[in-house]
Amino acid sequence: MSNIDFNTKVVEMKNITKKFGDFVANDNIDLTVHKGEIHALLGENGAGKTTLMNILYGLYQPTSGEIYIKGQKVEVTNPNVAIKYGIGMVHQHFMLIDPFTVTENIVLGMEETKNFGILNLEEAAKKVEELSKKFGLYVDPNAYIQDISVGMQQRVEILKALYRGADILILDEPTAVLTPQEIEELMEILKELTKQGKTVIIITHKLKEIKQVADYCTIIRRGKKIDTVKVEDVSEEDLASMMVGRNVSFKVDKVDKKPGEVVLEIDNLYVKDNRGLDAVKGLSLKLRKGEILGIAGVDGNGQKELLEALTGLRKVESGKIIMNGKDITNLSPREIIDSGINNIPEDRQKRGLVLDFTVAENLILENYHKEPFSNKGKLNHKAINDFAAESVEKFDVRPRNINQLAGALSGGNQQKVIIAREITNDPEVLIAAQPTRGLDVGAIEYVHKFLVNQRDNDKAVLLISFELDEIMDVSDKIAVIYDGKIVDIIDSKDADENTIGLLMAGGGVDDEQEQ
Amino acid sequence: MKILNDIGGIIGISLMYSAPLIYTSLGGVLSENSGVVNIGLEGMMTIGAFTGATVAYFTKNPWLGFIAAGIAGALLALLHAIACVTFTADQVVSGIAINFIGPGVALFLTKIFFDGAAMTIPIDLDNKIPRPLEGLFSQGSILDSVFNQYATVYIAFILVFLVWLMLYKTKIGLRIRAVGEHPKAAETLGINVYRIKYLAVILSGVLAGFGGAAMSIAVVSNFRNTLISGQGFISLAAVIFGKWKPQGAMWGCLLFGAAQGISIYLGQSGVVSSQLLAMLPYLITIVVLILFVGESSGPAANGVPYERDK
Amino acid sequence: MNKSNKVVVTIISILFGLLVGALTLLIAGFNPIEAYGVMFEGIFGSPKYISWTIVRSTPLILTGISVAFAFKTGLFNIGAEGQYIIGSLVATLVGYFLKLPIVIHAIVAILAGCLAAAIWGGIAGFLKAKFGINEVITTIMLNWTALYFSNYVVFWEPFKRPNRDASQQILDTASIEILEKWKVSDAGREFLKNHDFLREFLNPPVNFGFIIAILVAILVWYILKHTTLGYQLKAVGFNKDAAEYGGIDVKRNMVVAMMIAGAIAGLAGATQVLGVSKETAILTAVEGYGFDGMAVALIANSNPIACIAAGLLFGGLKYAGSKLQPLMGAPLEVINITIGVIVFFIAMPKLINILRTAISNKKRGVKVEDTK
Repeated sequence: MSNIDFNTKVVEMKNITKKFGDFVANDNIDLTVHKGEIHALLGENGAGKTTLMNILYGLYQPTSGEIYIKGQKVEVTNPNVAIKYGIGMVHQHFMLIDPFTVTENIVLGMEETKNFGILNLEEAAKKVEELSKKFGLYVDPNAYIQDISVGMQQRVEILKALYRGADILILDEPTAVLTPQEIEELMEILKELTKQGKTVIIITHKLKEIKQVADYCTIIRRGKKIDTVKVEDVSEEDLASMMVGRNVSFKVDKVDKKPGEVVLEIDNLYVKDNRGLDAVKGLSLKLRKGEILGIAGVDGNGQKELLEALTGLRKVESGKIIMNGKDITNLSPREIIDSGINNIPEDRQKRGLVLDFTVAENLILENYHKEPFSNKGKLNHKAINDFAAESVEKFDVRPRNINQLAGALSGGNQQKVIIAREITNDPEVLIAAQPTRGLDVGAIEYVHKFLVNQRDNDKAVLLISFELDEIMDVSDKIAVIYDGKIVDIIDSKDADENTIGLLMAGGGVDDEQEQ
Repeated sequence: MKILNDIGGIIGISLMYSAPLIYTSLGGVLSENSGVVNIGLEGMMTIGAFTGATVAYFTKNPWLGFIAAGIAGALLALLHAIACVTFTADQVVSGIAINFIGPGVALFLTKIFFDGAAMTIPIDLDNKIPRPLEGLFSQGSILDSVFNQYATVYIAFILVFLVWLMLYKTKIGLRIRAVGEHPKAAETLGINVYRIKYLAVILSGVLAGFGGAAMSIAVVSNFRNTLISGQGFISLAAVIFGKWKPQGAMWGCLLFGAAQGISIYLGQSGVVSSQLLAMLPYLITIVVLILFVGESSGPAANGVPYERDK
Repeated sequence: MNKSNKVVVTIISILFGLLVGALTLLIAGFNPIEAYGVMFEGIFGSPKYISWTIVRSTPLILTGISVAFAFKTGLFNIGAEGQYIIGSLVATLVGYFLKLPIVIHAIVAILAGCLAAAIWGGIAGFLKAKFGINEVITTIMLNWTALYFSNYVVFWEPFKRPNRDASQQILDTASIEILEKWKVSDAGREFLKNHDFLREFLNPPVNFGFIIAILVAILVWYILKHTTLGYQLKAVGFNKDAAEYGGIDVKRNMVVAMMIAGAIAGLAGATQVLGVSKETAILTAVEGYGFDGMAVALIANSNPIACIAAGLLFGGLKYAGSKLQPLMGAPLEVINITIGVIVFFIAMPKLINILRTAISNKKRGVKVEDTK
């Protein structure tokens, strides 16, 4: 706490209200942050944290309210103004340009030039290097963004802000894509920054991290400020109930269950990525009935390619996928669906739904060619509508309008439509990839309960997620994927975060293990 | 010596036919690197060809015509920019509209200015774009056929270098590419995305206008309704062929020009039907695309309208 | 944006187009009211003009449906032009060389034209599916290839009509012109002498093409709305990743979609040959049916039924516009400008909606003023 200068309020936001049409994203919010402080903004997805910070950074204009920076009243009309007042922001989805180098990304918008506007990148690269040494943020200034790890990309984002002379740093969900070890490093960096007189505002919904680094925490729920608390004085449970507005249990209720026979077997699988390099490198795995097998790992270790190979979207180079004793390697997506594997895809909007189709049309995406939905190539609109009406009722899709375009639904309701569709055929195996990404707490609970329910009905579930907490909460067994291989399989009862985190970062033993 | 002279002839024709395409494809490169798909190049080229021929005819100065062509192309491009950038229009649809408006205006004005004729009155040979190296080589020699070109040919190649320099070595180029790849990232760094896109689209109109003039006051000496028929689209193909890079697009245009040069040469010999030969450049383009390009993707945010959240 | 909003945008765009057309004429020194009068008269002034409008609109309706269908399936068919050329060429070949009974001959010629154009369109679909080559480029290249190929075939000795830049004419058995023989027979002449309307109406080469176009519009609408084929084509068009994931063969559907689009554009060419021109001419440049079809599809918001109305609008404007020059000396290109402006505004629903809100706010503002 020694770094905080309570006499200097670097940021004061007063009575901030932001409306998008009729929707009130921020309702009369106050926020005060002192120099040298790490201040956490806590709230669920959609609570309005990011909106508030986008206002501070000049990306949105508040409908009403005032902003003071270092005691001076300011109108932050665009990011340039924010940058001028020393505010830097690291967005949740990195604002980096993949085919550009680290240096190009950092200098963009305040480029140094020689005559005739010719870029002076050598000079800039030197500056970047100096800066990265000063704050302990190692990066290669000449590397291309597309070639470096997510953790390194985040450092580039922080450097971008520091290069602009930022002394107030806003980080939006900075740990979402990092391994536990990378998170640890980030926390150290943040502490180091405050030691050097910087101020940090961190947007998050992860309580553990708040306890770990934040000095103060402001809780926002449904656009309203609930409270600002000193983090020392509260427990994680206190924070959670303030965030959600009721008591929540993190653990998913699950009865013990003995897994049945093997339904899906993956044997020594090799799959290439888009660039033609091996992404899945000899991966083996067995999935049993009545079991949720979670695949833990950092993004980019072959999960995407594994998933696409399992669903028939990507070619298997070698190895086998066996479903119920039948070889389904390199079959078409439709044949794989017919063999009893369904999938909640990683990206709802890209793969999961045809956003310009209605709910009813989306619900038959895998079955439109079968009776009763069609007969001899002619669609049976009545059967389709009846089925849709039944599904939206059963899965509580809101609104209950089957002619609503899928694109107009909220994320949680889109996910319900996908779930309803994916279990139409009562699949033996359900592969759920990032099934709760971007959902609020209520919807997350719903999805988790649904997965456990499948397991209780003796179906098999393969859960792929980058959220280690989710994997630990829901799975019966945890397989850790690193560099295209399963490096270890652990019973979730015996699992602890540190061991798994280390394995996820490639720190485990390098032999392949069978179940 | 005959073979050598013939080869020289083919190369010369190829360069002459490539030049208008190169201008226009450079315009496409700029526009698409900023994230605005420009299938209106054809229309911009047409208005440039008309303006170049008309201004050169009335002023008797080809360079005034050339510059006026660039301005005319820019004005049409401004419409495209207003639609695509400010009003987040579907860029392809706006481009189609440009391809109706450009030729429509060009022919309409031709008839107004030239008493209802469907073509402009040809300019005197002395008033065409000059050949700076005229008389330097002995007439009919290979050097003469290859290098004794209209000034617009040389300018085209100089512009390839300049556009490359601008896109990859200057501040404005870095910003254009940033906007085409990830406009939101550029905006968070305080870059005015709209202004950059406007600039790139308008420049693309200037270049397409030049391309049209390079046709109407160099390759031929007047404007008529069939003068620009497909060159804008071929330039667009060259952009994709060249993977959205100026030097790549130049190679695409040269390839097409060479195919045209060869087919014209073979046509003169009369051995093969000229109609079959005329198909050659188009077929070669397709074959080359199959062999060398395949799934190529341009700038990540190309074609996606950018809308600032308010 | 909902449907009624789209219709409003289209109507406002058409008004803007006509307004800009009028301004263009005004600036060029012509009286726009007189011009629109000439054009109105040029379409509705006589039954003959009405039937000419229909005849001229028919190919535009069909190429419009072709482009609209491809749009619906996520493809951009700039190649309707080339498919049209191939359709007319093959229909002419079959119409001239084959000896078949009446009716059957026409049907065979039409089907052959459609099939050839389907293959021509399918090439672009195949190249996209197999090699990932953008269909915009391939269809443009294929347009020019089709043009020169058609010329090459027309120059073929047994097919070329001596001393003319065109092919031989199709046999009468292949014609789809309505009452073609009867019109010039003695009985026909006698009858028509006493029936002014019919005589005038049948003066142009009125043919079955328009009826075929309407049937095709309904068929395409039905396929898209009520069949599994339409469902999967639309799914691929809206989101090919989701379609692929749902088990739909995306590549096959791309080829099928381009083949159907090609067949429809080819039909436009075939009906034009068998009903109107009766021959294939040597072309120096593309005729623009494909490009005009794009405008028709856009004005129709890619709805096949609406393509009928949009095609009639475009065809009517073009036909009536051709009378501006002889009667007023005003260049007919004002029509292309008008069409371009219509499409331009259709591209910007955002602008039109901003204008609408501004106008309605102003009206409301006025009312508030009044009540004070």
